[in-house]
Amino acid sequence: MHIVQMRGIVKRFGDLIANDHVDFELESGEIHALLGENGAGKTTLMRILYGLYHADEGNILVNDQPVAIHTPKDAIAAGIGMVTQHFTLVPTLTVAENLALGEKGSLTLDIKQVERSVAEASKRFGIPVKPDVLVRHLSVGERQRVEILKALYRNAQVLILDEPTAVLVPQEVDVLFEALKRLQYSGLSVIFISHKLHEVMDLCNRITVLRDGKAVGTVHKNDTSTKQLATMMVGRESFGVTRQEQRVQGEVLVTIKNMCAEDKKGLPALRNINLEVHAGEILGIAGVSGNGQAELSAILCGMQKPSSGQIMVEGQDLTGAEADVICATGIGRIPEDRHANLVGELSVAENLVLDHLQDYVKNGILERNKIQQQAGKLIKDFQIKAKPRDRLRTLSGGNMQKVMLARTLSREPRVVIVSQPTRGLDVGATDYVRSQLLEQRKRGAAVLMISEDLDEIIALSDRIAVIYEGEIVGIIPNSEATPEKLGLMMSGSNIEKRKQEKKRVQV
Amino acid sequence: MSTPAVIFIVGFLAATLRVATPLIYGTLGELFCERAGILNLGIEGTMFLGAFVGFAVGYHSGSLWLGVAIAAVAGMVSGLLMSLLAVRFGVNQHVAGLGITMLWTGVSLFSFRLIFGESKVQPSVDPFPQISLFGDTPIIGTIFTQYLLTYIGILLVPLVWWIINRTRFGLQIRAVGENPEAADAAGLNVYAIRTYALMIGGALMAVGGAFLSLASVGAFTFGIVAGRGWVCIALIIFANWRAISVLWGALIFGGVQALQLRLQTLGLKLPYELFLSLPYLVTILALSIAGRNAAAPSALLKPYRRE
Repeated sequence: MHIVQMRGIVKRFGDLIANDHVDFELESGEIHALLGENGAGKTTLMRILYGLYHADEGNILVNDQPVAIHTPKDAIAAGIGMVTQHFTLVPTLTVAENLALGEKGSLTLDIKQVERSVAEASKRFGIPVKPDVLVRHLSVGERQRVEILKALYRNAQVLILDEPTAVLVPQEVDVLFEALKRLQYSGLSVIFISHKLHEVMDLCNRITVLRDGKAVGTVHKNDTSTKQLATMMVGRESFGVTRQEQRVQGEVLVTIKNMCAEDKKGLPALRNINLEVHAGEILGIAGVSGNGQAELSAILCGMQKPSSGQIMVEGQDLTGAEADVICATGIGRIPEDRHANLVGELSVAENLVLDHLQDYVKNGILERNKIQQQAGKLIKDFQIKAKPRDRLRTLSGGNMQKVMLARTLSREPRVVIVSQPTRGLDVGATDYVRSQLLEQRKRGAAVLMISEDLDEIIALSDRIAVIYEGEIVGIIPNSEATPEKLGLMMSGSNIEKRKQEKKRVQV
Repeated sequence: MSTPAVIFIVGFLAATLRVATPLIYGTLGELFCERAGILNLGIEGTMFLGAFVGFAVGYHSGSLWLGVAIAAVAGMVSGLLMSLLAVRFGVNQHVAGLGITMLWTGVSLFSFRLIFGESKVQPSVDPFPQISLFGDTPIIGTIFTQYLLTYIGILLVPLVWWIINRTRFGLQIRAVGENPEAADAAGLNVYAIRTYALMIGGALMAVGGAFLSLASVGAFTFGIVAGRGWVCIALIIFANWRAISVLWGALIFGGVQALQLRLQTLGLKLPYELFLSLPYLVTILALSIAGRNAAAPSALLKPYRRE
């Protein structure tokens, strides 16, 4: 029996067709994956089902009855709940208040009574939450549990999860999957949006693959393989980018000694960081988001000053140097936020010379021809799909990142600092960016790469340093790295263990 | 007992409550708007409109309370207009609010001319009587001889706190002011909730204005509101968007205002402009101290649009 059917769904955003006559069927009691690359239309399709978008064409049936879903309210009434990628919780309210938000009922709100019923639901569904805690005090994993419980609390029969594992460490993923399987046995149907093949094969019964807004096909888990799914996703066999094996380590180019820093609120963000990056290697910094990566990247890019410690690059002390000094020293920076480092209203050509304008200015006047020539060359070399005069904001994320890469790497920096290089990019662009980073390594540059994508870290890094609560909790060579091991380190388990042992010794 | 010092202090405290009253109404009104995520700079104009409508209706009907009621309705209309601009159309809230202030200032003055003409004698009404809570008890009796609207205003403070923190509607207001996406995903109608909040807020602002024309002054004059709406905007930051603190903020400002009036009459050899600016200097000082840890509702100033 089909609990949800979506037929011929079309959704356009301007010229872009996000969903092109998509058919989707969910059987009662199954976990069904929606698989596809970024921008394939998975989230759009589900936002239509949850009433956050309106389809331009097509219709939706729930329990074989046609339903009109105009708002999330209609979806909730039809028994559909969704956990969106950006959580829809109010941070300043408690867990119980968040769950009571959509309820109708008496004028006054007996919050104690809501808390009791939330606690009861938490127990019944096997999803542990504390009802009286403010959401802003919860970790990402805990917030996700609250989101799931929120949907179940409102009697959802169908639960949509949009990339739920993107924010979790591997251990939390295991816990989530166990909970989902348990809920499945008690009759819940789940739609699981993902672009991670092994997760989908782990968890789901059936898989529908979307590509470029079209449904490519639906397969049973037992009848398919990750390789087949990958082919369906990208329309070609993706081999990814692999790095050549370890080569002789070069000289040390970057030394960071005992560096500490504070975050914007004045709390310690980095504690005693010691790192060395050699010529011809990629040092990966792995960690769950918000453990000091942003500060580390900002300091190395000259956008923030450390509170203590020292940064040496090729024997030169760059501690607390300004961005222009760092740039002039031959350090290439590819910061995390493309939008903050490119100017959308300027042309591609102007953006390509923005951080070394002095080379393109004569007597205070821009040398337009020289800028255009340089742009033409870089656009060709870095396969940027744009013309020099295009406004930068009209480019896709992948092409923006290529502009960043072209601007930085064309100067052949000896040291490259790069943060989240492929976040939000599709497979094609991701492959390209990664191959460019490996190219730098081959050229003999020292690359320090901060990434929250474990696959990326393992695929590219020669050595991997794990950061947890602002501390480097371990550095391991690639040959010893597995996702499980890194996951454990990222969740701070060895630190906590060490602390406990210390305590025991003291006792 | 009746030394000059005691008379001075008693008179000062009584005046403090009187001066604070329109600020309490205005700031509580603004609180509803801002907790729902809308900065309503239409407050100055809405208070002016309330002062005018209250006076005009009170003057012609002979019932001051009818004047207050119709002023509240006018305030709701003002809130509805703000909602149309800032919520429905997503216009920049600063622009929409300032526009509304200009609109109501113009409309009120124009209508006043139309209705009352250019008489040489300022039209006036017998203002609300003051009610003595404690009879002839010395000191306390004098301090608590106030307008009924003042007592209601003070009682409104805990009531508004209760509505915002303990009712379903209040929870919804907080949710749309902090994270409208979450409220929407929870099945709430963000537009409707923000509209209700703006209408309630507008009504309170207008009653604050009507207090000025029907209780404090007994007439409608061009400078009757005199920037009190802007003071309310400052007080809300001082109060850190909390209902109870609104009372303290209004009392401090009212107190300094009452004090400066009295200081002027003491005949000190200082320019009177200095006294006039005293309440505003104190406001700036209090703001720069209390405003540092201020936590505005996260969605303040952000129009909500479904993608």
